[in-house]
Amino acid sequence: MASLEEAVAEGQRHVGMAGPANSRVIEAGAIRRFVEALGDPNPLYVDPEYARQTRYGGIIAPPTFLCTIPAPLDMPDLGFGRINLNGGSSYDWYRPARPGDVITAQATLAEVRGVQGGSGAMLIMVRSVRYTDQDGRLVAEGRGTGIRR
Amino acid sequence: MTRFSEINVGDELPVLTKHPTTRQLVQYAGASGDFYEIHYDRPFAEAAGLPGVILHGLLKAGWLGELVQSWGGPNAFVRHIEASYRGIDQPGRPYHLKGKIVSKQPNTEPSSGGIVELEIWGEDEEQHRTTLGSARVELEA
Repeated sequence: MASLEEAVAEGQRHVGMAGPANSRVIEAGAIRRFVEALGDPNPLYVDPEYARQTRYGGIIAPPTFLCTIPAPLDMPDLGFGRINLNGGSSYDWYRPARPGDVITAQATLAEVRGVQGGSGAMLIMVRSVRYTDQDGRLVAEGRGTGIRR
Repeated sequence: MTRFSEINVGDELPVLTKHPTTRQLVQYAGASGDFYEIHYDRPFAEAAGLPGVILHGLLKAGWLGELVQSWGGPNAFVRHIEASYRGIDQPGRPYHLKGKIVSKQPNTEPSSGGIVELEIWGEDEEQHRTTLGSARVELEA
């Protein structure tokens, strides 16, 4: 197994690396299954009649739904740690995603660093993801902090 | 729904309480596409040094989204949510999502509402804040 320093040095060589762009059609059924899994009863996501009378004029996806669109990033095996934990998530939304939209997600490795935490050495890898729609408009930007320890 | 003109800095959002089960984690895994086994396979989770299966971070972030959108109402637009996962949470234990208004800034045209900054967090039944976060929401006047 690599030391934390070795893993960080190797990982940092890949910062800026982008994954392939991946497009998905936003489906009403996928939104429904997602909000059912959250246990979120908001009719804005599932009831067209209700949603029509809101500022959106129709159903939208809930904020974090974009996380269901895979944004692959072929990370090298840094030979460190045995478990991945999610350290944090951040999103900026610029426009809602709606059923029928074709959303393209593309990830970039934004940051690699090491920390000595209370539970030992941790390798931190931050990826950023850009989400654009079928007209090339920016829908959202996401950031995910992965912890390997 | 919540109107920009009716809220004040320091106001708290209605608390959202969830009762996660392993079944829900499986459901969320399927709906989100995150099939990492630590969320539903107990022997796998234990072999990885965890006390058992744990909640997806993004499930907790999704609940923060629910907290904010249901408070803001169907005419609110959630512009930003940030969540930092500071502890693990397990199914079978209630989880509480909470929020508080930190600041409010009217739009240039005040009749169109304004932007509200929130402190949001998730806490377990012992009041440990295992998720810390912030949000920015556009509210109608």
